Amino acid sequence: MTQEPVTEEHRTVNADPTPSATDAAADKLRDVVADRETEGPTGNSTIFGLRGLTVYYADFRAVKEVTADIRENEITALIGPSGCGKSTVLRCFNRMNDLIETARVDGSLTYHGVDLYGKNVDPVEVRRRIGMVFQKPNPFPKSIYENVVYGPKIGGMKGNLDDIVEESLRKAVLWDEVKDKLDESGLALSGGQQQRLCIARAIATSPDVLLMDEPCSSLDPIATLRIEELMLELKQDYTIVIVTHNMQQAARVSDRTAFFTVDVSDDGQRTGKLVEFDVTNRLFTSPSKTETEDYITGRFG
Amino acid sequence: MAETTSTAPTTTDLVRGTLEGRRVNPVNTLVSGLLLIALLSSLLVLAVLLADVFGKGWGLLTERGADFLTTPLSPNAVDAGIFQGVMGSIALTAIVIVVAFPLGVAAAVYLEEYAPTNRLTQFITTNIRNLAGVPSIVYGLLGFSVFVNLFSGATGGRTVITGGLTLALLVLPIMIITTSEALRAVPTALREASMGVGATRWETIRHHVLPVALPAILTGSVLTVARAFGETAPLLLSGAVLSLYFAVPPEAGFVSLMTEQSYTALPMIIYNWARQPQEEFVALTSAAIIVLLAMLLIVNAAAIVARDHFERKST
Amino acid sequence: MSVTAPQVPMDLSGDPRRQRRERRVRSLFFVAAALSIIISAAIVLSLAGEAWGFVTAVDPASYFENGWLPRRGRYSILTIVWHTLMVSGIAMVVATPLGLGAAIYLSEYARRNVRRFLKPTLEILAGVPSVVLGFFALNFITPNVIQPLYAADRSNLLAAGIGVGILIVPLVASVSEDAMRAVPRALREASYGLGAKKWHTSLRVVFPAAISGIVAALILALSRAIGETMVVALAAGTSGILTWLPDSSGLTMTGAMADLAIGSDQVTSATAVQVNPFQSLFFVGLMLFVITLVLNVLSERVVRRYRQKY
Repeated sequence: MTQEPVTEEHRTVNADPTPSATDAAADKLRDVVADRETEGPTGNSTIFGLRGLTVYYADFRAVKEVTADIRENEITALIGPSGCGKSTVLRCFNRMNDLIETARVDGSLTYHGVDLYGKNVDPVEVRRRIGMVFQKPNPFPKSIYENVVYGPKIGGMKGNLDDIVEESLRKAVLWDEVKDKLDESGLALSGGQQQRLCIARAIATSPDVLLMDEPCSSLDPIATLRIEELMLELKQDYTIVIVTHNMQQAARVSDRTAFFTVDVSDDGQRTGKLVEFDVTNRLFTSPSKTETEDYITGRFG
Repeated sequence: MAETTSTAPTTTDLVRGTLEGRRVNPVNTLVSGLLLIALLSSLLVLAVLLADVFGKGWGLLTERGADFLTTPLSPNAVDAGIFQGVMGSIALTAIVIVVAFPLGVAAAVYLEEYAPTNRLTQFITTNIRNLAGVPSIVYGLLGFSVFVNLFSGATGGRTVITGGLTLALLVLPIMIITTSEALRAVPTALREASMGVGATRWETIRHHVLPVALPAILTGSVLTVARAFGETAPLLLSGAVLSLYFAVPPEAGFVSLMTEQSYTALPMIIYNWARQPQEEFVALTSAAIIVLLAMLLIVNAAAIVARDHFERKST
Repeated sequence: MSVTAPQVPMDLSGDPRRQRRERRVRSLFFVAAALSIIISAAIVLSLAGEAWGFVTAVDPASYFENGWLPRRGRYSILTIVWHTLMVSGIAMVVATPLGLGAAIYLSEYARRNVRRFLKPTLEILAGVPSVVLGFFALNFITPNVIQPLYAADRSNLLAAGIGVGILIVPLVASVSEDAMRAVPRALREASYGLGAKKWHTSLRVVFPAAISGIVAALILALSRAIGETMVVALAAGTSGILTWLPDSSGLTMTGAMADLAIGSDQVTSATAVQVNPFQSLFFVGLMLFVITLVLNVLSERVVRRYRQKY
């Protein structure tokens, strides 16, 4: 975790006198973000531009009109209650939603200024550049080596594959644990190791973004901690977007946080929407919307 | 109750009495007994069938030995063999495998991995299920119209190719259905993992989905092929000869087996012999049935071996 | 070479060679799947033409006369349909109690290791070729089971019905067992919770809950029984005379087809003078196709209804 000196600003934030501010849950979150900057990193350019992004599954509108800018070399967390559409939005970034046949996207989503849903965009190429780590570790039922090397191999990457494997596994902080058993099945590893293998596999294609869909939800606390540390290291080289149920996790690792919630219309239709998107510290200490505040103080969800 | 506890039986005794008593419920025993009888009587039929066939045919089989397999057909029960039948059945099975396996797997891959959910796909799926229920003799008519008559130039008319193609069409829907089931059992997470690192659909299927599904596909396919191996009705119409002596002679070799218009198959021989009124044909038929069942057993055992082999390889 | 190095400016159009290959593979697989439609069309077309020839040539009134004797130009549909009904009726009488009993036992009573042994044995029975069962019906069931109890001919429809019944027991058992195993555990637990006995739970709770799946299994089995050929061809003989009782030989629809097929002189001479025997084969085939299709669709409908319930 980055150890930043405690700044003046958030002391004043902590002294917020509203009754909810005294809630234990919110206090805990504040303690977590206490050492984080309020202003967030500056100078990072936009990598994903979302403008009125709306996703439908057949007639069902899963999430509506999301507008946000996600910046390079930052960790952006998407949080919110179940069914708020945070995973849906994440899966738009590498067009994974294409695999769900009824999924349809409105609005625009740009990647380095290029419309990701543009006519000439090949989703296969998108996924090579924008890697993904899933909720449950899903290594291929093949050797550790083959797991890592698969992406570069089919992508026709030049270079020494052995080097790519080693570098990727090192970056995923798994190399020392597996360097002597690269031929063993990836499924023989522990859950936390499997998830790091999946991260190594995603890194191996030299993406510039890593999408993580609740990567720690099936891991124990120690494995979770290792993945979180790993994310903070990977931030130097990659842009990371993470969906998490765990607000503490968002508070610990992310630079910016997007809070989603569910709108229930009169006829019972549930639609996700983006409520607030801000520097993590600010979102958790002085949310500007009451919905956010209710959520982080545990009054909702 | 409370007052009586001080006297003879204690509460514990009474409770124990109600809980432990009447463990054996007569209705329960009767029902489960009847159900078990229902199940066992089907198995009894199987046992009687095998005992009957072995009782009638084993003597002849041991007496004639391998000779029975290598001797051609003959109207004289004494020296009749099943050579052409075994050869024809093997050739038919080979054609079924070559035609129905790739087509069945390809169709299943399309339906499970590519097909959009639309009316056409739905129509194809329903259609395949219905084709699987069409009586096999109707496939014989199809084989007769299409392969014997319409495309006789390509099939050579009433050849083993015609029979093989007819049987291939017969098992194709079953092949598609079993392969589809095998593909559906492959977790979505595996597909997502592969597509997530930038693999195309086909790369995902070839490198990950098919290898994982292969054991199940193979087992299902072999069972399906075994079904074709024992089929008789479609062959009645698609040109297999039903004769006590007339079929491709054993010395003719494999090529003429494929081109001659006089192939037969083991189940056809069994059918024909079973129709003969003479007593001596009963033993002959039974012996041929033993050979047929043994060959089916070998095919099924091969499936199990193949499945184990691939299961070990894929992990 | 290096694992990092994001590529900007962006060209996301991908590798055209891979895309072409992807499209080629997809269309190849589509053709394989679409082939099934061609097969169905080919079945209908190959049946319909000749069947129409039969319909126009034969007086419909004769359908209800006695006797299916193609060589003499007598085509009594009534005869072969009645024989088919008798055979499949007997088959259902045999297969329903045996198949359902086996299914309930396997699903509700059998312990795991018993099941593991009994289920494959039932599958072996399913794998016995029908020609073998035909031989068994003719050479064992008729002389050893039927004739001691019932004055029946050497070839008789009863033996054929029993043989077909044995053939479809595994089908009834496996499909209805699936239906009963699909009944939620909670329903059984609720029944036991009320103090119900095991037999009551399985027969009065689970069985009714799975009833549509079981009905579907029986319809499917009936369809299979109607279309079964080899058992009938061997055990029921080749008499074309109408018999109201199953004690004597009789041609069923499939039996009549097999009989026409092996009288190959007629089948080959499609263009010869004697055109009707050959065409009647296609007419009966078409009838069989339509009947089994209707039954299969019906069973599919019933199954879909029960799937929606859970």
